[in-house]
Amino acid sequence: MIRLEKRPQPSRFWVVGAPVLAVLLTMIAGGIMFAALGKNPVEAIRIIFWDPLFSERFAGFSRPQLLVKAGPLILIAIGLSLGFRAGIWNIGAEGQYIVGALFGAAFGLAFWPSEHPLIFPGMIAAGLLGGFLWAMIPALLRVYARTNEILVSLLLVYVAEALLASAATGWLRNPEGSGFPGSRNLARNPGTDNPELIAGTGMHWGVLAAFVAVIAAYVIFSRHILGYQIRLAGEAPRAARFAGVNAGRLVILCLGASGALAGAAGLFEVAGPAGRISIDFNVGYGFTAIIVAFLGRLNPIGILLAGLLMALTFIGGELAQLMLGIPAAAIQAFQGMLLFFLLALDVLANYRFRWKREVAA
Amino acid sequence: MIIDPVTLIVALITVATPVLLAAIGELVVEKSGVLNLGVEGMMIMGAVCGFIVAHETGSVAMAFVAGMGGAMALALVFAVLTQVLMANQVASGLALTLFGLGLAALLGSGYSGLPVPVASRPFPEALQAIPVAGPILFSHSVLVYVAIALVGAVWFVLARTRAGLVIRAVGENHDAAHALGYKVVRIRFATILFGGACAGLGGAFLSVVRVQNWFDGMTAGAGWIALALVVFASWKAGRVLLGAWLFGGIAALQLRLQAAEVGVPVALLDASPYLVTIIVLVIISSDRRRAALNAPAALGRAFHAAS
Repeated sequence: MIRLEKRPQPSRFWVVGAPVLAVLLTMIAGGIMFAALGKNPVEAIRIIFWDPLFSERFAGFSRPQLLVKAGPLILIAIGLSLGFRAGIWNIGAEGQYIVGALFGAAFGLAFWPSEHPLIFPGMIAAGLLGGFLWAMIPALLRVYARTNEILVSLLLVYVAEALLASAATGWLRNPEGSGFPGSRNLARNPGTDNPELIAGTGMHWGVLAAFVAVIAAYVIFSRHILGYQIRLAGEAPRAARFAGVNAGRLVILCLGASGALAGAAGLFEVAGPAGRISIDFNVGYGFTAIIVAFLGRLNPIGILLAGLLMALTFIGGELAQLMLGIPAAAIQAFQGMLLFFLLALDVLANYRFRWKREVAA
Repeated sequence: MIIDPVTLIVALITVATPVLLAAIGELVVEKSGVLNLGVEGMMIMGAVCGFIVAHETGSVAMAFVAGMGGAMALALVFAVLTQVLMANQVASGLALTLFGLGLAALLGSGYSGLPVPVASRPFPEALQAIPVAGPILFSHSVLVYVAIALVGAVWFVLARTRAGLVIRAVGENHDAAHALGYKVVRIRFATILFGGACAGLGGAFLSVVRVQNWFDGMTAGAGWIALALVVFASWKAGRVLLGAWLFGGIAALQLRLQAAEVGVPVALLDASPYLVTIIVLVIISSDRRRAALNAPAALGRAFHAAS
C-alpha cells in the first residue's frame, strides 16, 4: 500500500510544479463540468484561456481588461499574504475593499465638483485609511480580547455590505440621479478620476500600486527583519516568542497592511473601472484574492502571476458567458476547484509517496 | 404594540433552526479536533440540492435527504484534503465555501421562484389553536423538533457514551488516541461527514421550509454565524441552542422592526445579527478562563501517523 513520508525539506520542484499541475487538472475537471453543462469542453477552455489574449476578434477589448482585473486582485492578495504567512487569517478583505471605496469616494464627493490636483491623492489616502480602520476591528479584538479574527473579519463583510447599501441609496446617492441608487460618476470628473495611464493597456494607478506592492513585499520578505519575523511566527510561533517577536504588534501590522491595501484597491476600482458607488459595485475580488494568494504560494512573484491568471479566468468567463451561454457561477466554481487541486497537490511538496508492502504481524 | 411577542417567538425558533443544525454538526467536528470553515459552502449546497429535489419530486423528506447528500459530498472533499492529503484546514475550509457558493449558484440557476411542497406539521390543529403555547410549541414543521432533539442527542453522546469519549480523546490529543489504537483519521472522517449532513439539513430547511425559494447566496453568512456559535457555546451542546435562539431572536426582531419602520436606520438593522454575533463573540473570548477551558486542544492541527 502507499504510505506518506514527510520530507525533511519541502521539495523545490513541487513548490513550483504543484500550482502548474493544479491549473492543468482544473482545466480537465472544468472541461468535464462544462461537458456536463452540455457545452463543448475544448472550446470552452479555449475561450477562457486563449481567446481573451490571442483571438483577433476579442483580444483588442480583452487584453487591457487583464490588467484592470489583475490590479485589485494582486493588490489585495499581497496584503493577505503577509498575514497568511504569519498564521493571521484576514478573510474579510471584501469588507475592507468596500469600506475603503466608501471612504475614498466620500472624500472625492465632498469636494465635488472641484478639480484640484490634491483631491485624487486625498481619495487614495482616505481609501487606505478606510480599509485600515475596518481591519483594525478584528485586529484589536484579537489582540485585546483574544477574539478569533477569521470570524470577526468575515462577519464584518456583511456589515460593510449593509453600509454600502445605505450609502448607495442614501448618503452618497447622486443628488441629480432622479432618485436612482448609486453615487455620482467619479470617473467623469478629472479631479476624482482614476484614468487609464497608457492608452490601450488598462494600466491605471491601482495597477501601478499593485506592482509597487509586489516589489515592496518581495523586499520585506527577503531583506527586512519584519519579513523574517512574519515567517518565523508562521512556522514556529513558540520560537518566535522566545526570539522576542511581539505577536500582538504583528497581528496589528499584518491586518492593518492587508486592510489598507484592500481599501486602496476598492478606491481605485470605484474611481476608475466601476466609476461610482453602487449597491453591487464589488464583484468578490476580496474573496478571489484569497485564491490568488494561495495559488501564488504566498510569494510576491507567484501572486503577480496568479493574479494575472485569475484575471484571465474572469475575462474568459465573461467571454464564455457571451459565446457559449455558460453561467457566470460556473467560473466561480471553476476558481474554487483550482484552490481544491492546489491544496491537494501541496502534499507532493511536503510529503513523499512510498510503496510499502503490508507485513503480517 | 406593533410586535406581537408570540409570533416573534414562533419566528425566532424557525429562523434559528438552520443555524442550530449547522452549529451542532460543527460542534461535533470541532470536538474531534477538526476546524471546518466550509460550513457556509455546505449549507448553501444543502439549500440548493434540497430545493431542486423538493421541486422535482414534491417530497419534503426527499429534499432533506438530498440536502444532506449534497453537503456530505462537499464534506467528503474536505475530509480527503485535510485527513488524507494533510492540507491546511483553514485554507481547505475557505476553498469549500468559495467552491460551494459557485457550484450552488450553477446548480440552482433557473430554479429561482419555482414552487415547492409545504412541509407538514406533526401536531394536530387542535393543539396549535391553544392560545400562546399552541403556536410556540406545536406549530412548527418536523425538522424544528428534530433539530432540538439532535442537540440533546449530541450532548448525550459526547458526554455520556464511549463513542463520545473517543471523539473527545481524538480532539484533545490525536497522538495519544492513536497510540491507544483508535483510528484517528477514520473517526475524523465520520465527524466531518456528520457535520456536513447537519449543515446540509440546515441549508435544506432554509430553502424548502423557511424561505420556500432559492436565490444566490441565500445563506447570507448563516454558516459563519454557526461557526461563531460554537465558540460562543464554549463547545457545549446546550449553549449552542441558547446561542441559536439569541441569534434567531435578533434576526426575527430586526425584520419586524424594518417592517414597522421605527426610525432605526435600515443598514443598522440589516447588520444587527452580524454585529450582535461579533459582540457576543468578544464577550465570550475575552473571559480568559472560560474561553480556553473547553476548546479541543488539537483543534485545527494536522495528524500524520509517524509509524
